[in-house]
Amino acid sequence: MTTQTAAFAASKKSVLLPIIVCAVFGLAIIFVTGHVQAELLHDAAHDVRHATGFPCH
Amino acid sequence: MMSRIFTSALFAGAAAGLIAALLQLYFVQPVLLHAELYETGELVHFGGAAVSAHQDVGGIDHVRDGLSVLFTMLVYTGYALILVAAMALAESRGHEVAGRQGIIWGIAGFFIVHFAPGFTLAPEVPGVAAADVYARQVWWFATVGTAAIAVWLIAFGRNWVSWGIAAVLLLAPHVIGAPEPDTFTGPVPTEIGALFAARAFGVGLAAWVLVGLFAGYFWQREGQRAAQAQTA
Repeated sequence: MTTQTAAFAASKKSVLLPIIVCAVFGLAIIFVTGHVQAELLHDAAHDVRHATGFPCH
Repeated sequence: MMSRIFTSALFAGAAAGLIAALLQLYFVQPVLLHAELYETGELVHFGGAAVSAHQDVGGIDHVRDGLSVLFTMLVYTGYALILVAAMALAESRGHEVAGRQGIIWGIAGFFIVHFAPGFTLAPEVPGVAAADVYARQVWWFATVGTAAIAVWLIAFGRNWVSWGIAAVLLLAPHVIGAPEPDTFTGPVPTEIGALFAARAFGVGLAAWVLVGLFAGYFWQREGQRAAQAQTA
């Protein structure tokens, strides 16, 4: 294995954790803003939920 | 890596979200407010005299529209975080990602989260009859999830097996079917409902193209900055 491919393999591993963390964080934002049915959140995000095609009501 | 993803996604999500919010307020909100006149019973369009298609739906409501701007920016920031994470994964596997490619990523994103679920559960105008919201949310997440895997397989798969699996994943949620209402009770004219769905899709596509473009651009620019900082 050359140094370059070794470095590539190492960077591949270190890249996975931040990718997963950011994706989960993004998913959490989508869940809270678009899907949680708590009345306050639902009312505040009502128009956006309809316009963005999330199931509403 | 973490800060590169976060920085790119926050810039892209906030910028695209703000433009999406303005497009929504101009093109979608009047249709939504018009529908609400029927939802509340203020207008009734059948069984009586003909109702004018031109109604005063009110102007800007600062609190309501301000919240819409805020939440649209939040939604697209959430989407941008997932999008940039996927871009990072693709780049780590040797694919170039910049602004131009980002447009394709954005169109794919629109397809995954708007069009795929909307093909069976169309964007709902207020007042339509619909099945239980939790059942629809489960179906929505399942459909978006399978569409995301399918699009990844179409984009990066190298043989007919992966493309075949993608086709099955795309079709399955619609063949199985979404939770639908038992009876139709919607009081809103179909003209308004159809316009609402079309506008919601159109603004969604515009917003996603922008999210993809900005995400790809900032992703590449943040990468260059990080590389320069390392060599400096």
